[in-house]
Amino acid sequence: MKHPAPLLEVRDLGKRYGHRIGCEQVSFDLYPGEVLCIAGESGSGKSTLLNTLAFQLRPDAGSVHYAMAGRGLTDLASLPEAALRELWRTDWGFVRQNPRDGLRMGVSAGANIGERLMAVGQRHYGEIRATAADWLARVEIDGARLDDPPTAFSGGMQQRLQIARNLVTHPRLVFMDEPTAGLDVSVQARFLDLLRGLAADLRIAVILVTHDLAVARLLAHRLIVMKQGRVIETGLTDQLLDDPQHPYTQLLVSSVLAA
Amino acid sequence: MTQAEAHDGYNFAYLDEHTKRMIRRALLKAVAIPGYQVPFGSREMPLPYGWGTGGIQVTAAVIGRADVLKVIDQGADDTTNAVNIRSFFRKVTGVATTERTREATLIQTRHRIPETPLSEGQIMVFQVPIPEPLRWLEPRETETRSMHALREYGVMHVKLYEDIVRHGRIATTYDYPVIVNGHYLMRPSPIPKFDNPKLHRSPALMLFGAGREKRVYAVPPDTDVRSLDFDDHPFAIERWDAPCALCGATDAYLDEIIIDDKGERMYVCSDTEYCNDRQQAGHHGTQGGAPRA
Repeated sequence: MKHPAPLLEVRDLGKRYGHRIGCEQVSFDLYPGEVLCIAGESGSGKSTLLNTLAFQLRPDAGSVHYAMAGRGLTDLASLPEAALRELWRTDWGFVRQNPRDGLRMGVSAGANIGERLMAVGQRHYGEIRATAADWLARVEIDGARLDDPPTAFSGGMQQRLQIARNLVTHPRLVFMDEPTAGLDVSVQARFLDLLRGLAADLRIAVILVTHDLAVARLLAHRLIVMKQGRVIETGLTDQLLDDPQHPYTQLLVSSVLAA
Repeated sequence: MTQAEAHDGYNFAYLDEHTKRMIRRALLKAVAIPGYQVPFGSREMPLPYGWGTGGIQVTAAVIGRADVLKVIDQGADDTTNAVNIRSFFRKVTGVATTERTREATLIQTRHRIPETPLSEGQIMVFQVPIPEPLRWLEPRETETRSMHALREYGVMHVKLYEDIVRHGRIATTYDYPVIVNGHYLMRPSPIPKFDNPKLHRSPALMLFGAGREKRVYAVPPDTDVRSLDFDDHPFAIERWDAPCALCGATDAYLDEIIIDDKGERMYVCSDTEYCNDRQQAGHHGTQGGAPRA
């Protein structure tokens, strides 16, 4: 079997905040449809890494290559701002920890989902609305809520709306920063279930940051464990969680109640 | 047309020559890049922000001794803002002023474009409170500049989409966003959307000045100006059920005036010059109305 080409190729990536290390010497490949989890304690550089991968922060060292549609692996540093921003709003998605950062709170759910469509040039109100209604159903939100603002939604619904808003342009890669952190456990489980289904159905690659190993266990194919800005262990999720090699990973795994 | 004597002690048109040259340079750039907001060093003017400090700086920068100036406020030649700006320029330049659109070479306006079609060689100066069309959607100036540069205007449609959700139609009635020359998104200052079509391929030069926000922008003659809309909700201007009560006009922008405490109302042209002309030409509406002044 021929090995598929990676979607994202990360080599020796580093980001510093002055003298302080955000993350350094991170290398990995991500393949289409793969879910990769970045785990680690608070302050270990997970979010910095995620933002640097998405080029929302400019890296200080190393490179990120992305398999752009029709162009093959492209160094993101070589892209002009216009192309990068087009990636952000079409081929990529970004789901924020706090839905207030990822949603437009002042406009209706339909407008939130339709924003990307309008950004890529759709100009038919009826069609935009129909697509928005369809996506609302796919993230299990009642279609009657289409014209309600996100402020009228529960936390779990807001996160699902964020997912819909990002997936409407059929991105191939979605970055998620602790999407379940603000949700209670039962809502979390349902949200993760939905996420797993969508990622598998649409063959979306996901890079997901979490401090919660249970989330990683449920969703991720592969796991990266970070500490103090460095990757200390990486491998298949089950393998890594069942047989952690690094003392810190062992500590992390053993600290989880009945993981 | 009334000729006046210039006041001693002020430079011609109040501003010093260096300032006028600086504003003209900004205006040249604005004309060269239609719809692009050019920063300029806005000066303190002898009137408060929001009363037309941007407009009068632009007028002061372009006015010449041979110009004939008309000033309107919401279409009227005889309201406070219009009367005072007109008398200001009479004092500091001594140029002729007029209420007749056809005679004017320079028209400073607050929130209307005259009903009488403009002609080649005329200059319109608009007073602009907030020049940035994306301001209420994106608060960061650095970000709105990138959005302009890259033509990322999808978010403006989000606003129009939301209008239709809430009101069943695009409910934005003034300051209706337009795309100038196929590139820049522009706020046409708070003119009613009724006037938007008059911007499209107008033979006159349109200059916009925002004093507090320190920006000028322009629509040169014969430039495409397209109002944003949806395919299934096309742009449309306001319509009224009644004609003007004074002159019977059906093609003009009408103001609604409450005339008693029982809610009786009448609709009259907002453009006073246009309405007077029609009345003098023998047109009249339901309230007849003897020709005003």
